[in-house]
Amino acid sequence: MFKVKVYTTLKAGVLDPQGSAVTNSLHHLGYEGVEDVRIGKVMTLTINSTEDKIEELVKEMCEKLLANPVIEDYRYEIEEVVAQ
Amino acid sequence: MQLLHEPSPEQIKDLRVYAEMGVTDEEFALVENIMGRLPNYTELGLFSVMWSEHCSYKNSKVLLKKFPTTGEKVLQGPGEGAGIIDIGDDQAVVFKIESHNHPSAIEPYQGAATGVGGIIRDIFSMGARPVAILNSLRFGELTKPRVKFLFEEVVAGIAGYGNCIGIPTVGGEIQFDPCYEGNPLVNAMCVGLIDHKDIQKGQAKGVGNSVIYVGASTGRDGIHGATFASEELSEASEAKRPAVQVGDPFMEKLLLEACLEVVKNDALIGIQDMGAAGLTSSSAEMASKAGSGIEMDLDKVPQREKGMTAYEMMLSESQERMLLVVKAGREQEIIDLFERWDLHATVVGKVTDDKKLRLLHKGEVVADVPVDALAEDAPVYHKPSAEPAYYREFQQQPSYRPNVTDMKETLKELLKQPTIASKEWVYDQYDYMVRTNTVVSPGSDAAVLRIRGTEKAIAMTTDCNSRYLYLDPYIGGQLAIAEASRNLVCSGAKPLGVTDCLNYGNPERPEIFWQLEKSTDGLSEACRVLETPVIGGNVSLYNERSGVAVYPTPVIGMVGLIDHVDHITRQQFQQAGDAIYVLGETGEDFGGSELQKMIEGSIFGQPPTFDIEVEKERQEQVLNAIQAGTVSSAHDLAEGGFLVALAECTFGTGLGASVHVNGQDHLSEFFSETPSRYVLSVSKENRSHFEKLVPKAVCIGEVTEEPVVKVHNSEGHIILEEQVTILEDTWRGAISCLLKSKV
Amino acid sequence: MRFAVIVFPGSNCDLDMYHAVKDELGADVEYVWHDETSLDGFDGVLLPGGFSYGDYLRTGAIARFSPVMKAVIKAAESGKPVLGVCNGFQILLEAGLLPGAMRRNQNLKFICRPVSLIVENNGTIFSNGYELGQDITVPVAHGEGNYYCDEVTLEQLKENNQIVFTYKENINGSVERIAGITNKAGNVLGMMPHPERAVDSLLGSNDGLTLFKSILTHWRERHAITS
Repeated sequence: MFKVKVYTTLKAGVLDPQGSAVTNSLHHLGYEGVEDVRIGKVMTLTINSTEDKIEELVKEMCEKLLANPVIEDYRYEIEEVVAQ
Repeated sequence: MQLLHEPSPEQIKDLRVYAEMGVTDEEFALVENIMGRLPNYTELGLFSVMWSEHCSYKNSKVLLKKFPTTGEKVLQGPGEGAGIIDIGDDQAVVFKIESHNHPSAIEPYQGAATGVGGIIRDIFSMGARPVAILNSLRFGELTKPRVKFLFEEVVAGIAGYGNCIGIPTVGGEIQFDPCYEGNPLVNAMCVGLIDHKDIQKGQAKGVGNSVIYVGASTGRDGIHGATFASEELSEASEAKRPAVQVGDPFMEKLLLEACLEVVKNDALIGIQDMGAAGLTSSSAEMASKAGSGIEMDLDKVPQREKGMTAYEMMLSESQERMLLVVKAGREQEIIDLFERWDLHATVVGKVTDDKKLRLLHKGEVVADVPVDALAEDAPVYHKPSAEPAYYREFQQQPSYRPNVTDMKETLKELLKQPTIASKEWVYDQYDYMVRTNTVVSPGSDAAVLRIRGTEKAIAMTTDCNSRYLYLDPYIGGQLAIAEASRNLVCSGAKPLGVTDCLNYGNPERPEIFWQLEKSTDGLSEACRVLETPVIGGNVSLYNERSGVAVYPTPVIGMVGLIDHVDHITRQQFQQAGDAIYVLGETGEDFGGSELQKMIEGSIFGQPPTFDIEVEKERQEQVLNAIQAGTVSSAHDLAEGGFLVALAECTFGTGLGASVHVNGQDHLSEFFSETPSRYVLSVSKENRSHFEKLVPKAVCIGEVTEEPVVKVHNSEGHIILEEQVTILEDTWRGAISCLLKSKV
Repeated sequence: MRFAVIVFPGSNCDLDMYHAVKDELGADVEYVWHDETSLDGFDGVLLPGGFSYGDYLRTGAIARFSPVMKAVIKAAESGKPVLGVCNGFQILLEAGLLPGAMRRNQNLKFICRPVSLIVENNGTIFSNGYELGQDITVPVAHGEGNYYCDEVTLEQLKENNQIVFTYKENINGSVERIAGITNKAGNVLGMMPHPERAVDSLLGSNDGLTLFKSILTHWRERHAITS
């Protein structure tokens, strides 16, 4: 059993309207030091698999569906857990 | 919210556990009497939600009885999910309005979104295709950050749900007043179309037939939502609030399409949405209406969370769920139909003949309660009523007349008031065109949708000037009905009927009950005279925060029929050279006016004088003139008075207006809010015909090529002149300007 | 000419597309359910707007894996006209039939209103009825119509004349005000504005009808040659 966390964010260079809005708000609140905010998603997957190729599997899922490679970068963390 | 040990029946009585559920000592005694024993925790839970004001109308029932609810075209009055009115050709219109005030005060996005979702389910559970959504919203002043947040989130929530499910949000109204600051009002109305043969009833008929659950699984969200809606908001209620319900418009879109397929299947006996009080109300009401009973096995109810108790399942208000009764032996057909829409339907029980709601959980009977006791036998209260001191004071005040020096500046200031200003910032976020039937889009007196495949169209509006109701609930109630009806007439429609959402403060306070009493008298009277029966609605009481009640706000949703799309009329002027007429004399009516609020910061005095018979006569004449094809544009005079209405007729047209005023009281002519008045434009060739049909209309000038509003006095001197673009920019930009400004 | 309107769970402009083609264009049209695997027998494919699968991961991201999408790709490869409007455009992007991607509108709000579009290329099978540079009124209704592509792709779009419509005013932040593009072959068009909502002057504009007429005109010309 694996617990996998997938993080997706807009690629550097792609304008992130949500991120810009949050940057502005933080500036208004007085956090002038904030130079940039990028907003992304975190997906937590519980995968019932004993495969040694778990990493390849996750990579495949990211590229196929979870992230859009045209505008998004992704990374992931894999943690093996004991099935309940 | 999870209880490890539910109290025993004896503990419930001895420790008065029922009081925490909002059940009074007398009501508990009544339950004990009905049951012939002490109720257990689950059973008491069923009573507490079914006897809440939200489900039982126990405080308002005596007043609701006064409404006229019948008429030759009424196919379904109050009592089902929504009312239905015949529009000919074996078609009917189905509509209802409902409040989601308290959830929206706590979590505005989801509160508003689930309000929209709930009212849509009421419409398609009747078998009708929802065709339009309207929203009636009220907030505090837009200068406060919290109000801005609530306003933006409520609008986003309505947009998020309505746009995704693909039902156009075509209209509504928004009012801003300090009394709504702690307790905003979010009322959603849905309008549907149906063929007579498809009309469904939420009834559990036929012993042995199956009870089927379909839609989202049940979680612990919204437990005691109905009870929550029946109490005042306070700091404590924030802590006590039920888990926020989250709407899933995608799930509802699938449910909607699947249910509209199911209603064409003769295996279906009854269908009802699980709204307030979820499984409890849907099952008890369906059985009670059919004179039957229902037995359900709660182990079969799809559950989203682990270890849910019977109490939690029955009281959950998880969204996007429906309960169906299906002919025995034909369950699989229905299950398969839902499966095609990726929806999971499950048989959870059966219809019985013992008029009881019996619940099984883990092999044991956990509740056994007479259905009529839940659905019909809630106590009915006639609360004490007392004329409020403020009302006596207002009645004795001299007639109010504002002090205005600069008419042009005053007009601009009025156009900037958020209640009057353009709501484009709002409806720009609503998909008001999807399904391509919207002929008159938001921003006019009423929205108009064509009925595809026919020559007909329907017009719809929501209205309520609660300031008038606060000053005088009887007159204000009449005015609310009259304004809604007038707005429909201006669009070329004959008003058909009313759905109302009665938003008031705590009815246990005699002066609030008095407001409720007097305003329902006014509403009833106006409905009777204008022949617009009330076919359904909703009551929302306890709209207070820290002892401040909202103005009495009975929001009127009204739908009208336009016989032919050629009769559809807009408020905007159509061409230069058309004559401009005003119908209706102007009095000195400034009590409760936008101008009074703007200048004085509050409202007081008496509301406008009003004669419902005059109103009726003028509506009939204007509609006649429109149907005869003599009217180019029609607009009613509402908040802000004549000049605001005249300016609005020019906006978006590129045209202007040149008019004259004959009287000496220019202040009243310009800004008084005397009701039952119209601005109409008529082309040259239609003038004589029009004047025969509307003999009291007075020609005051003409629509001009030059985009300028010009007003002359009786000597022909210009007393007010302004570019339309300047007025329009002021009006159009006011709300986004307020939202951007940092206070 | 026979059109298919693809229906995904959550499509909600399918009806509008259907009626635009049937009632206003007067061509044959049928709804095709997302789990169909063949589009044989159809001469044109229309992907309507809406919120397929709730648009919950990214707009169009789940719909592109529907069984019918293989048939859509096949139709596109065989040169049949494929039009994706709004969510349909987003699905075509996710499916890789068109280059680029969509971001949230720059103001982070859903925008619904009639807008002015400029016809940038009237040489396509979708736009042959318009004048070059014509200003047309077509409604938009979207929350994520902020078109993005990198510089290299943009150069290619320009070089191949793939930009068909631009917004007169940049309402949503799109790169170069792009409102609609075709693939390199020119038979797949994706656009955020809704031509199917502008086919009847009773509802405000019929400028969108020309787009459907263009498809039909092209098909008839081609049909006349081959038969």
